[in-house]
Amino acid sequence: MALSDKDRIFTNLYGIHHWGLTEARRRGNWDGTAGIIAKGRDWIIEEMKQSGLRGRGGAGFPTGLKWSFMPKESPDGRPSYLVVNCDESEPGTCKDRDIIRNDPHTLIEGCLIAAVAMGAHAGYIYVRGEYYNEHLVLQAAIEEAYEAGLLGPNAAGSGWDFDLYVHRGAGAYICGEETALIESLEGKKGMPRLKPPFPAAVGLYGCPTTVNNVETIAVVPEILRRGASWFASFGRPKNSGTKVFCIQGHVNKPCNVEAEMSIPMRELIERYAGGVRGGWDNLLAVIPGGSSTPLLPKHICDDVLMDFDALREHKSGLGTAGVIVMDKSTDIIRAIARLAQFYKHESCGQCTPCREGMGWQKRLMDRMVEGRAEIAEIDVLESVTRQIEGHTICALADGGVWPVQGLIRHFRPLMEERIAAYKAKKSGGAMPLAAE
Amino acid sequence: MSAPQHQEPVSFAFDEQSEAQIATILKRYPENKKASGVIPLLYVVQKQMGRQTGSAWVPRVAMDQVALRLGMAPIRVYEVATFYFMFNTKPIGRYHLQVCGTTPCWLRGSDEVARACRDAGHLKGYGDTSDDGLFTMTEVECLGGCVNAPILQVDDDYYEDLDYDSTVQLIEALKRGDRPKPGSARGRLCSAPEGGPETLLDIPLAEGK
Repeated sequence: MALSDKDRIFTNLYGIHHWGLTEARRRGNWDGTAGIIAKGRDWIIEEMKQSGLRGRGGAGFPTGLKWSFMPKESPDGRPSYLVVNCDESEPGTCKDRDIIRNDPHTLIEGCLIAAVAMGAHAGYIYVRGEYYNEHLVLQAAIEEAYEAGLLGPNAAGSGWDFDLYVHRGAGAYICGEETALIESLEGKKGMPRLKPPFPAAVGLYGCPTTVNNVETIAVVPEILRRGASWFASFGRPKNSGTKVFCIQGHVNKPCNVEAEMSIPMRELIERYAGGVRGGWDNLLAVIPGGSSTPLLPKHICDDVLMDFDALREHKSGLGTAGVIVMDKSTDIIRAIARLAQFYKHESCGQCTPCREGMGWQKRLMDRMVEGRAEIAEIDVLESVTRQIEGHTICALADGGVWPVQGLIRHFRPLMEERIAAYKAKKSGGAMPLAAE
Repeated sequence: MSAPQHQEPVSFAFDEQSEAQIATILKRYPENKKASGVIPLLYVVQKQMGRQTGSAWVPRVAMDQVALRLGMAPIRVYEVATFYFMFNTKPIGRYHLQVCGTTPCWLRGSDEVARACRDAGHLKGYGDTSDDGLFTMTEVECLGGCVNAPILQVDDDYYEDLDYDSTVQLIEALKRGDRPKPGSARGRLCSAPEGGPETLLDIPLAEGK
């Protein structure tokens, strides 16, 4: 059974209606917000735990649990902060963009409720710099909310004072990493911090901070309005809820769509995105959850489910649910080499394995595209990625080597073929023959 | 920073419009955390340079002004200005053609978008500025609009679902001084599938409040 519109949280994902407050209220946003808040911080956190919501920014950490790490009271007078991560930059991901430009009040209402749950009186939404027009809409929606008394002192009549600000980044993928984001927000280069201490203890301005993805926060009000069991009724256990998927690449009708978790990949692509270009049998591979998640060849795509655990069983992941579809016309080595270039460009340069490794990996992948390599170098490449993985402060380098590892895992024969073809071409013609 | 190869202005002062923006920006951060304003203020500089000179970039003298205003050491501002990709630390053309070349756009034909930029904008390739000073072409990493790939960002605006011909048309319009409406070149509504939304058609609306 496909998800019906009545169970969709983002009722204006496409901007069919106006994003403004009046229309948002007619769609059900800001309905009974004060009543939800009146149930208290512990109730909100417990309900979020029961809902099974896992963070929508890629890592999939349980949201209710994350919130529970925030200190109940501040013994030393330090304030707590909510920071919302809208630095959406993982290749293949464009869901938060739709939320802030078409459904901003889902996010703003979510910010207020989340702030109560973590004891924060101020929040910052960090929007990637490229989303200029989108940030203007979000800013205007926040101003509307202030005018209507939904933000500021006694926000939405809840008795809680809450201020919310938009902060723009300036073009750095690394700022999607939560501690790099905090550094950036403080006015520094976006270089990740060593953990611990975790942001819940020492975050923005040295104060307790929780960083959540836009989609994570934006689904909160509807979960609390309809109840944790409603949200948990979609998807498999521990993978519950609805999710915005970004279906793109070689499909007939690329689109974003909110669907239920654990939907079979094939159904997702065929029901919502018009199917693979040239039919399902023309499928080569899919990157299921944004660029960091290793690709899956067609035979796995045939019946894999789109959730955290099912994709993990195949050594990939749900990530941000950016579904990149590649048909048989794709030069898959080049597709992955371009990702290696991306990670080289975006490494912040702080850790040596990443700074040097991403460049090294890119250069070797460029040779693999041509086939200008030795077959033994595939093993060298694999081995180097293993030495990079897990040896850096943040997960950028891990995400940077996984696509290459996935390529080797599933398409090694193709890489070998290309090397052989290059050798054959070089030896035929250029090489002088003894008989001549 | 190494010595600049281009002509640096000898001074920079925020104009009235910029001052108004700065006043708004600084209200967002705690009084003793003004450094948080460094990225926003660098944007203010870049926009003002665009208004005043037709080239949106951040000269070193302006970085010094930002440092002064925020009570930061100049080096901290230089670091930020060079770390973040969206600040142009040298002059650029009047229109900044930013071609997304990352895999999702590449799969949908970003090479054709880049070719159209070179042909119509009379550009040699990435990093080049046209002789008439109208265009600078940059390859950027994923713009986060992947279901509308391929994308060309012109200054702050996303032009989506492009191909060679629609990119050429866009650039020709810019040359005429027109500014086509951003968004899908194929008439799509945001991220909805081509041909119109197939979901979200049955959303109950409460009576207007």
